[in-house]
Amino acid sequence: MSNSIRDTFFEECEDLLDALIEGLSEMSAGTHEEETVHAVFRAVHSIKGGAGAFGLDQLVNFAHTFETVLDRVRSGEMEIEPDLMRVLQRAGDHLSDLVEANRIESGVDETTHAGLLGQLNGFLGKEGEDDVADDGAEEFVFEALSIDIGAPMETAPQTAGFEIRFTPRPELYANGHEPLLLFQSLSQLGSLQVTCEYASPPLGASDWQAPAASWQLTLATSEPEHAIHEVFEFVEGLCELDVQPIPVGPEQPEQQVVTEPAQAPPPTDPLPKPDHPRSAEPRQESRPDPKPAGPRPTLRVDLERVDRLINTVGELIINQAVISQRIEEMNLPSGAGLTTELEDYKLLAREIQEGVMAIRAQPVKPLFQRMSRIVREASDATGKAARLVTEGESTEVDKTVVERLADPLTHMIRNAIDHGLENAEKRAQAGKEPVGTIRLAAFHRSGSVLIEVSDDGAGLNREKILEIAISKGLVSPEADLNPGEIDNLLFMPGFSTATEVSNLSGRGVGMDVVKTAITSLGGRVTIQTRAGEGTTFSIVLPLTLAVMDGMVVTVSDQTMVVPISSIIETIRPSPGELHRFGVDGWLLSIRGSYVPIVDVAGCLGTGDSRADIREQVLLLVQTEGQSHCALAVDGISDQRQVVIKSLEGNYGHIPGVSAATILGDGKIALIIDPDAVIANSSASLRRLPDPRLEKELPHGIAL
Amino acid sequence: MASPSEPSENEVIEFVTFVAGEQSFCIEITQIREIRRWSPVTLLPHAPDHVLGVMNLRGAVIPIFDLAAKLGLGRITPTERHVIIIAAVSGQTIGLLVDSVSEILSVRSDSVQEAPNVRGDDTTSCVLGVVPVEDGMTRVIDLRRIVPNATEGAA
Amino acid sequence: MKPKVLAIDDSRTIRELLRACLENAGFDVTTGEDGVDGTTKFPEVSPDVVITDINMPNMDGFGVIDTIRRGEVNRSVPILVLTTESAPELKARAREAGATGWIVKPFDDASLVSVLKRVTGL
Repeated sequence: MSNSIRDTFFEECEDLLDALIEGLSEMSAGTHEEETVHAVFRAVHSIKGGAGAFGLDQLVNFAHTFETVLDRVRSGEMEIEPDLMRVLQRAGDHLSDLVEANRIESGVDETTHAGLLGQLNGFLGKEGEDDVADDGAEEFVFEALSIDIGAPMETAPQTAGFEIRFTPRPELYANGHEPLLLFQSLSQLGSLQVTCEYASPPLGASDWQAPAASWQLTLATSEPEHAIHEVFEFVEGLCELDVQPIPVGPEQPEQQVVTEPAQAPPPTDPLPKPDHPRSAEPRQESRPDPKPAGPRPTLRVDLERVDRLINTVGELIINQAVISQRIEEMNLPSGAGLTTELEDYKLLAREIQEGVMAIRAQPVKPLFQRMSRIVREASDATGKAARLVTEGESTEVDKTVVERLADPLTHMIRNAIDHGLENAEKRAQAGKEPVGTIRLAAFHRSGSVLIEVSDDGAGLNREKILEIAISKGLVSPEADLNPGEIDNLLFMPGFSTATEVSNLSGRGVGMDVVKTAITSLGGRVTIQTRAGEGTTFSIVLPLTLAVMDGMVVTVSDQTMVVPISSIIETIRPSPGELHRFGVDGWLLSIRGSYVPIVDVAGCLGTGDSRADIREQVLLLVQTEGQSHCALAVDGISDQRQVVIKSLEGNYGHIPGVSAATILGDGKIALIIDPDAVIANSSASLRRLPDPRLEKELPHGIAL
Repeated sequence: MASPSEPSENEVIEFVTFVAGEQSFCIEITQIREIRRWSPVTLLPHAPDHVLGVMNLRGAVIPIFDLAAKLGLGRITPTERHVIIIAAVSGQTIGLLVDSVSEILSVRSDSVQEAPNVRGDDTTSCVLGVVPVEDGMTRVIDLRRIVPNATEGAA
Repeated sequence: MKPKVLAIDDSRTIRELLRACLENAGFDVTTGEDGVDGTTKFPEVSPDVVITDINMPNMDGFGVIDTIRRGEVNRSVPILVLTTESAPELKARAREAGATGWIVKPFDDASLVSVLKRVTGL
């Protein structure tokens, strides 16, 4: 069996499982339509069908039992009640596990497997019966050609052959049968003699309801009678068939000549309209829907091809920037008309780029749906009742983002249930409903994608967080941290809020891993928490991973790029707005508050001589701790779309730099990560050592 | 000797020889992608001394290393006469700034000798072996010791 | 000219399995993703035999049989039902709907081809 078809099977299973989980959660929420139940049934059914083709028996058997329960649900024999729903959802989860286990050729937890099979069978009213496997196996005998083992096995041929009288009814032709083919099959069993008899058809009549021809067949064979019936298996009920064994004896027909079977009379018009044998009323389910409500047609494309295209388009964007710059340098007279063409070119290039990126965009829905399982499992493991509410499932993000968010989201949700939600007692005391709510939301906001994970729990216990951070030596006891900074301690490596490591969140991953994963996607994660009301983790991600809008700046003679998404505004400060602070630090006064100024050159260690702050330009940015900060650069030259090029592949991570890009002149410019630069500045350094910082930085602002 | 391409006995290996820090070095020709003239690079913050910066090679970001500095033989002040050897190893592409490229050397694999085990300074730890040539010898560079984040190395 | 098969199944896996098996056996294979897709392709393909799944979205296998049998062209083409169901009542229902025969999944290549040859003589 070809491996590529096996791959197709597992790919298809992913889609089917997504549909299954989606349908089950709709059923659970009571928001489903009748078609939902059918779709759920079909998903399990298709998995079973495919699994059968690859001989994955365990999967087949489980899917079979699961499907049988679903079949009863869809026929209305079984009612959708909470207990059943619970089992169906867990069966869905287990089916995912089984598929995955078969894909990687490992096993599943036998106890869960047996337990769920038992529960499903319980609903079928055969609890404890051990016949499930047999059922499954029996199901998959190739019936059409199987030998009927129920028939008595002849030890020796009892007959010399058979006399067969075969009179087809018109339906036989209508069903696509051809008597000649049946005779050919028969002749493979022995030697066949065929005589055709025409009934005297009323002249001119076209009454095909009445048999027009019948055949008398003599088959000399040692095959048993059921072999004959097998040949006629498909036409049973479509003809009159009489099979008489010819006893062994001297009367055995001498004639062994095989005559060509007579060609059946061609059914010129076998289905006259007025006498259609079947009901003229089409079944509801089979009515061809002129506008099928199914998904829009899609095309499956090798991901590598898309990525190659994206790379090429990236080159096109760079090439466009190079051409623009070259033409600008030529100082053409303004009437040359080239500027308009160039502008068109730029727009077209951008349009192509957006179109290409859209190919990779996928809704977050399947990702969110997977999380409902995490909520169920975490809820079971902690004994805290929780439900998942999702919003903005149709929000589209890059495929890589969808893939790489699964682990961070899983961890955040487990964390939210384990540490965020209170136990039932405390919830009751607080006057909250007993079932906790985990909210997962996605939406677009000004060129970024925002994903929020919230709980309606007690909110972060800052006192305890600080205590833990101090006890673990992550922060000095004298440190004076604002609430936002305390919250961010959660993201520090080595921090875990669980004083007793629960078997749930304590799987050796901390929130620092979550943060690293999100940062590697070019995103940021922030925390908002309210005592008694809950906590929200907000993940801000770039819309696309390949291109972003950037502000081109100069930092000690080097051209660099700052992501527009993080800049609130650019400021050329007047001398009155700048205030010295500490040894060589500065504050910017803006709209009544003082904001620390971070010297980018100093933080990156690129400036040999410190520029005069009064001649620099400030970029006001929002930090992860929700406070503001001003980045000082030497100048701003442009605002443009840049293609993101990773530095990690050929070099490695550079503190304060997220990636690189190629500018119009072909030179490489580094893309600054404002959060990391600020974290690396000595202002933060004194109080919050940032793990990304590898060495003491020469310049910075003391606060 | 663990040469990257594991040549069998007596197979002919081709090396590109070059000068860095007044010594002769070589790299197996199969690891070399191209050779270019020096052009200014973009500086990288927090980089070690031997990392000159990054350059754009047809849309790819390639880090450029001062080989002499990496080997502890002093830094080169790059000019247009200097040469960058673009090489690929372990899935990474890097550029090495050298003084000049000398020749292509074809030798039988058994004439590559293991580097004598002298004190482990910067040079010897990056040299896989030595090859005798007419006017002395040339040192075979172990690129895996040069690339910054290669996980496997000739340890 | 190669004999033409129209294979209708909503499972991509099964479609690929059918295609691989039937092309190997010398058939010219067209596939349909569900009943609607299959019956839309039917007139233009004008197959020598149709293989269809029963359980499909948009239009099921019975719908396929019905549509073809009541159509204008090629209405007595052999139609084989491909199904994991082995229940006798389902076979009876398929036959009543106008199916020529059935193949129970999972099929092996030899059996599939043999059934196909049996009903088409190809």
